[in-house]
Amino acid sequence: MTILTFTLILLLGAYLAGLAGSLTGLGGGVVIIPLLTLFFHVDIRYAIGAALVASIATSSGSASAYVKEGITNIRLGMFLEIATTAGAVLGAILAIYTPVNLVAIIFGFTLIFSAAMTLRKKHEGALQEGSKLSYQLKLNSSYPTKDGIVDYKLTNIGAGFSIMTVAGLLSGLLGIGSGALKVLAMDSAMKIPFRVSTTTSNFMVGVTAAASAVVYLQRGYIDPGIAFPVIIGVLAGAFTGSKLLMKIDVKKLKLIFSVAITLIALNMIYNGFNHKF
Amino acid sequence: MDTKENKKMTDYDVEQLIGQVLRYGVLISGIIAIIGGILYLYQQGKGHPDYGTFHGETAGYTSLTGIIEGLKHGSATEIIQLGVVVMIATPILRIIFSLLSFIVERDKLYIFLTLVVLAIITFSMFGGLKV
Repeated sequence: MTILTFTLILLLGAYLAGLAGSLTGLGGGVVIIPLLTLFFHVDIRYAIGAALVASIATSSGSASAYVKEGITNIRLGMFLEIATTAGAVLGAILAIYTPVNLVAIIFGFTLIFSAAMTLRKKHEGALQEGSKLSYQLKLNSSYPTKDGIVDYKLTNIGAGFSIMTVAGLLSGLLGIGSGALKVLAMDSAMKIPFRVSTTTSNFMVGVTAAASAVVYLQRGYIDPGIAFPVIIGVLAGAFTGSKLLMKIDVKKLKLIFSVAITLIALNMIYNGFNHKF
Repeated sequence: MDTKENKKMTDYDVEQLIGQVLRYGVLISGIIAIIGGILYLYQQGKGHPDYGTFHGETAGYTSLTGIIEGLKHGSATEIIQLGVVVMIATPILRIIFSLLSFIVERDKLYIFLTLVVLAIITFSMFGGLKV
């Protein structure tokens, strides 16, 4: 395989990764790592570097649209970014001491968890009474829905913050956005309406990934020959996805994608245990 | 203390601005990557990729000074790497814009929280985590 064919196939793969990532809300990074390691037999460290760049690309690309709609809770995002960036730095440090096969296994389990998360029931309601801390930190806000502006309040801030630290840690260790864990923290713990938690999570992914990307760039994980088709492919895919999202029902798609992701994850775990990385 | 209406207005403006920062950052990064990528394929497209074992990028690709040095020699891969740096810088720039907006709003708590986030990222950048 020449560099030209490698680039073209990777470009197509990254496009599909960006498309699937944006339609299901999982982000571009989760598909990039198995694509590079299992299909192209690229060393997982290069794959992690590429996935970080892909995560930033999808996050910034789609966040620019969501922020405009006024759904994203910017204060909440900033407050929780303390947890995710600190976690990401910790993850990047842990990565030095973690054997690559173990990284692959952890990645596999995170994938299965993410796949399951895309299928679960969404928390739609808006909480009317928030905890004391939610007032002190000015986290309660409102967002536009088709029935007008809806006010919502937050609770369990401490639990949410803790889960966010873990999300950041996994993001720093694996190079993914860990959007699924971020949504879990905001949705299940802090009881934020689903649309707000998804967009705010997506908004935060870019900053979290950037916090570890600056380390990985210096460690030489980010290769230009892999990075450029990934950036262009994922951006184009995420763009197509955001347009399609308004027109199609993603329910069935999510189910198919979750099954596919789970199979890929099992493959990663199997290869990890057999020291194939 | 501002009325609720006023606060909403400034928040809205800030959100628009942040949206713009993200959009342009991604766009510029993408354009740089495309230019570098086409040049790279033109120069090295017939070669064979070697990513099976991890070597790590050489010093020229892992720091801003190294990348700028490479750009002076017209290196295609360094152009791509510049695109990567712009991509990574975009969310960081976004935080700086948020900081400015909190300063304008005189929101002391959030000026502090934003500075903490910036401090963590700065530590990540210069904290010798490279190893």
